[in-house]
Amino acid sequence: MIPKLSPERVARRAATALALAALAGFGPTLAQAEGDHRGGTLRLVSVSSQGTLDPHINYTSQFWQLYAFLYDGLVGFKKVGGADSKEVVPDLAEAMPVISNDGKTYTFTLRKGIKFSDGSDMTATDVLASFQRIFKVLGPTAGTFYNGIVGADTCLAEPAGCTLDGGVIIDEAAGTVTINLTAADPEFLFKLSAPHASILPSETTPKDNGNEPIPGTGAYMVKSYDANNSMVIVRNPAFKEWSKDAQPDGYVDEIDYTFGGTEEAAVNAIMNGQADWMFDTPPADRLAELSTTAPDQIHLSPLAAWWYAPMNVNLAPFDDVRVRQALNYAIDRDALVSLFGGPALAQPVCQVLPPEFPGHEDQCIYTQDPGTSWSAPDMEKAQALVDESGTKGAKITVVTEDNAASRGIGTYLQSVLSDLGYDAAVQTISGDIQFTYIQNTNNKVQLSISQWYADYPAASNFLNVLFGCDSFHPGSDASINISGMCDQEIDARMKAAIALGATDQAAADKDWAKIDAAVMEKSPALPLFTPQQVDLLSTRVGNYQFSSLHHWLIANAWVQ
Amino acid sequence: MSLYESEDPDMTTDLDTPPPAPPAGGDPAPPLGPWRRALRGLASSPAAVLSGLGILLIVLAMALAPAYAKYVAKTDPFRSGLSAKIMIDGTRVPVMQRSTEGLGLGVTPIGPTWGPQYFLGADNQGRDVAARFLYGGQNSLFIAGAATLLCLACAALVGIVAGYAGGAIDAVLSNLIDMIWAFPVYLLAISLSIVMLGKSFDFGPIHLSSSSLILPIVIIGLVYVPYVARPVRGRVIAITNSEFVLAARALGIRPSRILWRHILPNVATTLIVFAPMLMALNIVTESSLSFLSVGVQAPNASWGTILQDGQALLYSRPVVSMAPGIAIMVTVMLLNLFGDVLRDILDPKSVRGR
Repeated sequence: MIPKLSPERVARRAATALALAALAGFGPTLAQAEGDHRGGTLRLVSVSSQGTLDPHINYTSQFWQLYAFLYDGLVGFKKVGGADSKEVVPDLAEAMPVISNDGKTYTFTLRKGIKFSDGSDMTATDVLASFQRIFKVLGPTAGTFYNGIVGADTCLAEPAGCTLDGGVIIDEAAGTVTINLTAADPEFLFKLSAPHASILPSETTPKDNGNEPIPGTGAYMVKSYDANNSMVIVRNPAFKEWSKDAQPDGYVDEIDYTFGGTEEAAVNAIMNGQADWMFDTPPADRLAELSTTAPDQIHLSPLAAWWYAPMNVNLAPFDDVRVRQALNYAIDRDALVSLFGGPALAQPVCQVLPPEFPGHEDQCIYTQDPGTSWSAPDMEKAQALVDESGTKGAKITVVTEDNAASRGIGTYLQSVLSDLGYDAAVQTISGDIQFTYIQNTNNKVQLSISQWYADYPAASNFLNVLFGCDSFHPGSDASINISGMCDQEIDARMKAAIALGATDQAAADKDWAKIDAAVMEKSPALPLFTPQQVDLLSTRVGNYQFSSLHHWLIANAWVQ
Repeated sequence: MSLYESEDPDMTTDLDTPPPAPPAGGDPAPPLGPWRRALRGLASSPAAVLSGLGILLIVLAMALAPAYAKYVAKTDPFRSGLSAKIMIDGTRVPVMQRSTEGLGLGVTPIGPTWGPQYFLGADNQGRDVAARFLYGGQNSLFIAGAATLLCLACAALVGIVAGYAGGAIDAVLSNLIDMIWAFPVYLLAISLSIVMLGKSFDFGPIHLSSSSLILPIVIIGLVYVPYVARPVRGRVIAITNSEFVLAARALGIRPSRILWRHILPNVATTLIVFAPMLMALNIVTESSLSFLSVGVQAPNASWGTILQDGQALLYSRPVVSMAPGIAIMVTVMLLNLFGDVLRDILDPKSVRGR
């Protein structure tokens, strides 16, 4: 039986036929050229993995980079390089949602024919189950990104019984999903584009799946994962490209990710052609050599990111704001930039929002001449604050990650703390557990080194997520407010700024700049520097594209 | 080097064995005591003299670390010096040198100046490597030496009690030794270090912070106890069954006196032979643990921690790891050489010992 076609579909098919004819008729075309690059294996290396593979739980830039081609949400950030990468495009939804009810209702229509890597169909039921699962597993952003969904408060109180009644409404037959919010949220589409809103099969267990891969809809799937050894990623056999912008078909057939070794070994492997890319930044001393011997293999890209050292405001001696301020005055941010590889790779900062980020206004109070930028440490003021606090001699442990930059910063901070009269020590923890370890208040971490990469281009993603009361979950591994700061007044101002963004984003950004200053006055963290992304690639890798949110778009690259 | 070489209970000199007969035809020379014989043997051995002097020189050089840091390098080797500058040929040069070539990426610590300051260059925290090398050597030698004494003391106690008491006490102690022996040394040392260094060590009134040098001393000292205790036990069993001890028992001499007068002096030679070799082994163990971040804790230094610092600078500043590497190699070699000569001298079966 021949199906009856609508006039639009006839026209579309005719256009497609013409285009195919054109492609077939003329010399080497774009499609052919791209086809020539298909195949091969990409070999990635990293000093360590980043723990759980569960996209609803993992909150690391290392794995989010992989989720870009493993999983999809209803919408997603465009998978292209450059400024366009900040654009939200329809992904599993066939078009951008219809927004109604004064910005409180989002209605999506799902694409048809999309399958998970296990061969099952992706349906509206999976969408509802996935949103419920975000709360059931108490994902790190459940209380900050998705707490505005109707019914989320009940889910946060009783995760196991989460239904999101009235919050996420599906019509399986029509393939529609309606999400109702308690209040308009101008950042909601950004939040839906994050991997934490990935759509997973409805039968996925409502607990951390750990090293067990969960089927996804992306172009690739994880074949095997051993957090201490390696990850093998292969093509998703059920994948058919539905939108090049949202989920492009990748070039390589397989991606082998190896964990272990050192940054030095990774650089050698790449230079010897044994690996194609390293996740970690090449060591500072090797960069000098590489920047002259292999400049074509190095790609520098600006990052919306922040290296910082959260101070636990609920533990001595950092429960005294003077101690926190003293350390902010004492650190030499120029020296910290040296540890990361110099001014071409990092820019000293003494505020939360990165340069050129929404809401950023140059300001620095923790410097010798307070103003718009950092100039030099003020040890006299720092020493005076420490003396005033009467905390001299207190024991402080700096918890660092086991990589060259983090260890170096930890050792430097220990030296500064010793200068201020504290009994300081450094504790280095493997990268695959450090991030969750420093979040859990049970571990009583006083001072740690961490990084924050923007999930989406909005000030709240730094300030509200890192210092909002909703992000502080004592005793949990997913308490991204590592400092444990919960200032009711600042928190209310942040919520007001988010609400204002729905109607006047420019005014809201001005408020965010003031909130940034207010947070820094409380000094819950040491802003260290804004890094540049350094990607060192082997000579066989081509088509490098950098997205400010997904970083190097691995699936868009090809190998010779 | 294997400690198993010394497991033979008859390896060392029995101090109650009559001295060798005087050469026929001459006047009988007054017999030398075993200790004087050992000292004379050492003095007449060029290898022992050279290795002994070498060890002494290394110890003296390391002891000068504070003076070197204060008066020569004029630096605090435990403070980061990322913004430090030094004068070279009339020009102030930053210790951490930022690249200006190519893409202008990277920062490299200053290399060896071969002058008073930064003689061996700087590490990635801008600290004077030469000063840290001397302080590190001090710590490495101190930890290895103290761990050796601790190990010998514990091994002597366990070996003598087990060997002399016999019966159930021997069975319990021997099985305990075997249990510890069953663990690979490094695995045991790393496990103990992680447990003890992870948080401060608290046991009753004893409190040790993770940066205390006592922790690596105790860990390294304990893991080698079985390797010494077992041969000591064997030696004690042999001595206990010897005629002079049986005679002493028959005469009704108190066990404590027998232990003190007859057994301990005979076991002492076994322990002395072990000492330099054990010290060499302890230097390597300490360096390995510190290299793995489970030994000496920052900001303290040891040759192992400097090796670790140098690992990240292997390509641009190899001297940072070469200096402690060579120091470990030379010290261990000298200790082993000295230990070999000492064993030969105190071993009645060896050519030299006769």
